[in-house]
Amino acid sequence: MTVSAVHPAQPPAPGDVAAELRDVHIGFRSGRDVTPVVRGVGLRLRRGRVLALVGESGSGKSLTSLALIGLLPPGAEVTSGSVVLDGADTGGFSARRWREARGDRVAMIFQDPMAALNPGFAVGRQIAEPFRRRLRLRRREARERAVALMREVGIADAESRYGDHPHEFSGGMRQRAVIAMALALGPSVLLADEPTTALDVTVQAQILRLLARRQQEADLATLLVSHDLGVVARVAQDVAVMYAGRIVERGPLDDVYTRPSHPYTLGLLEAMPDARDGGRLKPIKGVPPDPRRPPGGCAFHPRCPFATDVCRDEDPPLAEDGDRAVACHHADEVTASRETEEPR
Amino acid sequence: MTATAQETEVVLKVSGLEAGYERPGRYGFGRRRVPVVAGIDLAVRAGRTLGIVGESGCGKSTLARAIVGLRPAFAGSIEFAGADLASVPARRRRRMSRDLQMVFQDPYTSLNPRMTVAAVIAEGWRVHPGIVPRDQEDAEVARLLGLVGLRAEHGARHLHELSGGQCQRVSIARALAPRPKLIVCDEAVSALDVSIRAQILNLLGDLQSELGVAYLFISHDLDVVRHIAHDVAVMYLGTIVEHGPAADVFGDPQHPYTRALLSAAPSVRDRPDDGVQEIVLRGEVPSPTAPPTGCRFRTRCYMAAEVCERKVPEPVPRDGLPQSVACHFADSAGTTAPG
Repeated sequence: MTVSAVHPAQPPAPGDVAAELRDVHIGFRSGRDVTPVVRGVGLRLRRGRVLALVGESGSGKSLTSLALIGLLPPGAEVTSGSVVLDGADTGGFSARRWREARGDRVAMIFQDPMAALNPGFAVGRQIAEPFRRRLRLRRREARERAVALMREVGIADAESRYGDHPHEFSGGMRQRAVIAMALALGPSVLLADEPTTALDVTVQAQILRLLARRQQEADLATLLVSHDLGVVARVAQDVAVMYAGRIVERGPLDDVYTRPSHPYTLGLLEAMPDARDGGRLKPIKGVPPDPRRPPGGCAFHPRCPFATDVCRDEDPPLAEDGDRAVACHHADEVTASRETEEPR
Repeated sequence: MTATAQETEVVLKVSGLEAGYERPGRYGFGRRRVPVVAGIDLAVRAGRTLGIVGESGCGKSTLARAIVGLRPAFAGSIEFAGADLASVPARRRRRMSRDLQMVFQDPYTSLNPRMTVAAVIAEGWRVHPGIVPRDQEDAEVARLLGLVGLRAEHGARHLHELSGGQCQRVSIARALAPRPKLIVCDEAVSALDVSIRAQILNLLGDLQSELGVAYLFISHDLDVVRHIAHDVAVMYLGTIVEHGPAADVFGDPQHPYTRALLSAAPSVRDRPDDGVQEIVLRGEVPSPTAPPTGCRFRTRCYMAAEVCERKVPEPVPRDGLPQSVACHFADSAGTTAPG
């Protein structure tokens, strides 16, 4: 499976922007009212790189990823900003154009592989379906390509398991099958929403390794949505941290993890039960806000140890500085506070 | 058990426990026993935490439920508060449950949504009268709410008015109400967001040092267990494969499964290209109701040999090590790299 077979006109190069969100706002509409939930998100997905979108429940990270594949839930819509796929603004995409883009340009893997598979059909047949319906291949050819793809994603005895139904697959094998389906048409963008959250640790390691390998082989631009800072550290080069519908910090992962500039990022990292100190954890005080009614000013200020008056009044913009970006009035103090604690 | 374990009083001692579930027998006659865990030996010391780690299907929840009496024990003993819970009749067992409480993963399904928070907490006093006089109940509820970091006015609320973290605090207050010696926590922080999880873990630690309550803390999250547990038992497919002080088991794992599990667990210190070779096990966990012969881990083990198929490895203390390991090759596990 090669990408160039599908897009012969545009030989992609690593680093190219394959998808982009420009100041995207997403809201839930009820009647005339729109409740904003994602409030101005900008992201660039580059070929050959994994961008992790990190945040706690209700931060808007899943909605953000769904906007990239035109699958927002009923009632939710992009109220402003633009979603760009392979250079094309999807704002005017009809349902049909979205269908054509899915699988071909952008594909998605969800947390629960059972929900992504039809329990009534053989797994192999579901993997072969895009070859039949989109590439109009003959049954036998489609089957051969599906079996080859199953082998590539590490399904043992692919030939004999072609006819097995989803319930005959284990959780890890189902997620492999879903990955095969997502990669079938050689998309340039892969969205993975908590792809290993439902899996066991040892199986998770297998799937992460598979994703990383396929990602590199196919030069995919990947968005990995996860609440797990550890999983993210293992596969992503870049990270964006979301809080209450906004990106609060963005940059190269190693840089952000070792020198966080936003107090929320700092708080998340310090709240991790770290193996090396057996003492008390440092939780973030309070609870995440209701995404429909975030606090005024900086949405994080009620929980923030650095907050001052300005944080209550003014929502800080996402200020870019080289490849880093942070939305905090006190970013310098945050960075400094971490540096004074090192080395631990 | 290790030498250190004998220094403090043991509140719970499980020996040779076999437990699982019962199914209707053939043609609907009688009951058929389906064991999920077998040969479980463990001990929880007063005021200390025993962590149990393992993946789904390893039987850690079945073990927890067997200990509190929500699953039948088929063989072995569960010594708690001077009695064998595995053999006492149900009615007496209920009386003893006062000292043995449980906190579940999901507070929304484990607590009754139609009761107020205060009623949830006080319910244990209906089952076990005489702990708190009626006229002091309100004050005691308020005290417990304060203990778990909630305010007295939360007592009048219903669970749907609280966040997930607050609900879990209510679960903990409910478990504390009968003043138990041991609380079994089954994935008690697994459904919580990172920032809230840290709050609850700190709370559990504080309560232990203030009240001297012991925990049997079950989790799939190794970092969480490493943080909270004094001792740890690693389970695989219904058996304990390694058991000992947490610092030793995590710091110097001896069983091949423990090694693989620890190396597979993601950490914020990992990086995509840092070249750390994690041990990726082949295949997946077999069915716990039809485990492999001999060593149950052998089908996925990178060290498996012919003896593993024939012989069940006994958990033995390794020379000069504080932990006990159930592996034929425990001595060489540290030196042999997986292929």
